[in-house]
Amino acid sequence: MKKRTLSLILATALVAGSLMGCGGSSAASTSAASSEPAAEPAVEAQAEAEPSSVLNIYCWNEEFKTRVKDHYPGYEEVDATHGKIGDVEVAWNITPNENNAYQNNLDETLLGMENAEQNDRIDMFLIEADYALKYIGTDYAMPIADLGITEEDLANQYGYTKDVVTDGNGALKGISWQGCPGVMIYNREAAKEVFGSDAPEDIQAKFADWDAFVASAAELKAAGYQAVSSVNDTFRVYSNNVTSPWVVDGKINIDANIDKWVDDSKALVDAGYAGTHDLWSDDWSKGFYPEGKVFAYFGPAWLIDFCMAADTEGSIANAGGWAATEGPQGFNWGGTWICAAAGTDNADLIADIMKALCCNEEIMIDIVKQDNDFVNNKPAMEAMAADTSYGDAVLGGQNALAMFCAGADKIVMDQITTYDQGCNEEFQKAMRDYFEGKLDKDAAIAAFYKAVVEKYPELTY
Amino acid sequence: MENAKRGKVVSYNKWGYIFLIPFVVVYAVFQLIPLVSTFYNSLFENYRSGLMQVGPNFIGLKNYVTLFTNGDLLIYFKNTMIMWVLGFVPQITVSLLLGAWFSDPSLRLKFQRFFKTVIYMPNLIMASAFSMLFFTLFSDSGPINSILISGGLLTVPFKFMSNIWSVRGLVAFMNFVMWFGNTTILLMAGMMGIDPSLYEAAQVDGATASQIFFRITLPLLRPILLYVVITSLIGGLQMFDVPQILTNGTGNPVRSSMTLIMYLNKHLYSKNFGLGGALSVLLFIVTGILSLIVFRINTRTER
Repeated sequence: MKKRTLSLILATALVAGSLMGCGGSSAASTSAASSEPAAEPAVEAQAEAEPSSVLNIYCWNEEFKTRVKDHYPGYEEVDATHGKIGDVEVAWNITPNENNAYQNNLDETLLGMENAEQNDRIDMFLIEADYALKYIGTDYAMPIADLGITEEDLANQYGYTKDVVTDGNGALKGISWQGCPGVMIYNREAAKEVFGSDAPEDIQAKFADWDAFVASAAELKAAGYQAVSSVNDTFRVYSNNVTSPWVVDGKINIDANIDKWVDDSKALVDAGYAGTHDLWSDDWSKGFYPEGKVFAYFGPAWLIDFCMAADTEGSIANAGGWAATEGPQGFNWGGTWICAAAGTDNADLIADIMKALCCNEEIMIDIVKQDNDFVNNKPAMEAMAADTSYGDAVLGGQNALAMFCAGADKIVMDQITTYDQGCNEEFQKAMRDYFEGKLDKDAAIAAFYKAVVEKYPELTY
Repeated sequence: MENAKRGKVVSYNKWGYIFLIPFVVVYAVFQLIPLVSTFYNSLFENYRSGLMQVGPNFIGLKNYVTLFTNGDLLIYFKNTMIMWVLGFVPQITVSLLLGAWFSDPSLRLKFQRFFKTVIYMPNLIMASAFSMLFFTLFSDSGPINSILISGGLLTVPFKFMSNIWSVRGLVAFMNFVMWFGNTTILLMAGMMGIDPSLYEAAQVDGATASQIFFRITLPLLRPILLYVVITSLIGGLQMFDVPQILTNGTGNPVRSSMTLIMYLNKHLYSKNFGLGGALSVLLFIVTGILSLIVFRINTRTER
């Protein structure tokens, strides 16, 4: 009898333990998933009518958070992922881009929005040009006209920043505070050593087109420098000057200019003028330091200020050792757009943040002065381009805004598709095998097709 | 009368079943149901394009046809096996050697516990962290290349990540380092189970150390050895984290280090549960067959 009771107790304990284990962990994970503890019951009860006390913002790095913190009046930081605007709590959900983690997280949350508590719902999310259409084409992003932002508010913005986030029906569904025309950013020391001058005009003459680029790359190689860190550095310059999109009628299409990138890059690699590594890898960023022996990078304002290790002692950026010139071709790279999620209950606050950061000239000029970003305000930027008192410390005090202005005017983003991100990434990966001589060009292109169809099963080639 | 008698007989059978409940419940929820639903899912066209859901539409065995006709499956299977063999051969060799040394009382090895702990250590590191470490160590401008160049062995950095055999070799090496400790412990347990009188008898008969190892230890170790081979093979088939992190998910160069599970992972970008399910089912069948073979061999030796 005793034995029986004991074993019964043991069995119950086991079962209960295993069940409780499940229950416990799921409870824990839900509370971890909702970044915010449930608000006080009083608010929850009337959540339908009142503005919720939590503004959930989804993004992939600290950039936008820093902009809001430094430039939005009334924002108070609570801790690394929380802030406060008046009585509204701001919750930052920052998921890195690596392996598509940001979009996976955003997608799942957006798709589950209907069943989510008001305070867990996304209010704002950020997107990039490469995959903007994926969200703009859906009802998850709200037309910003519904937020009360008028055409007049947007009159000073660059046209292409609006084109990217306009859906098929002509509704504008996002807004950006920055413009991302790219320039060639070169190492002043290396320029003086190899070309005898670090003046942008002189260097521009040396890199005026791709033939000149190759000729100068040879001179650089003789002096022990690589022209660019990786051939992937020039990819955006070519891919942004295409005349046909990545996908035409459900069929993958390789534009003639992309093809030109492959041939030009193969020549660069074979001659030893550039590496083949991925962007953002350690091998790529070694050129941010003098020992890296890299002459130039291609990038927009955000790259210069945000990515080139300007805060690290000993980097070229830290010493102000870079300078900018237009380079062989103008292009656009990246850019961040702010979207309001449909169904948000903080519409007024979102509209106010958008207006402050993307339309308020005073705040925007502050952003340029403090963060050296290039902001989405044409007259203000043109005025500042002429202002000799402004200079970017990373560029050794050079005022590169005139270059950016000229570039921004020329940007056309009429060939974007929802598949751009996957195609751009997979193309660079697949071509690496060709550049390194592991595959011939046709086989590398076949590998690219295969990889894209894995990502987008509905496409053909 | 009879009833009363039966009542006094304590039946312990049901307790066995009751104690099995937790396992069965956990197994059913986390293994059996997913297994069946994977097969069910593999019969559908079901993926997401952007935020748009396509399907699920019933398409029968078309996913399997796709997998077999595009011919990649065999290549990835081959890659997986090559990397497994590359890692397993040194793993089993070193483990046998270490196991024999550790379990040999005549050697009187000092600090046995310390060494056993040390060789097991790499297994405690997360595979992805280990892989990340190697990625950094062996990058074009990483420390290994710096050492080789400053030591005068190389003049230009060797591109470890752009060379088929160096990538495969690194993956195999990492798997070897991570798992040889575990295998050593298992083999040692097997070797300690061998009757010492056999060794003594052999020594009396004048057998050499290598004769003892090949004539006595190895044959008697066969069941354990087979267990080690099959668990490692199943583990090898499911190789994922090490090559995934090392090659940044690409399996490059030329997808020569893309394993079956990495290929499966590629389909999860588009939440392609149909094709992914089909691949999983195939993998399940292969693993099942391999396990059956070993199970057969094992039971035969016991008879």
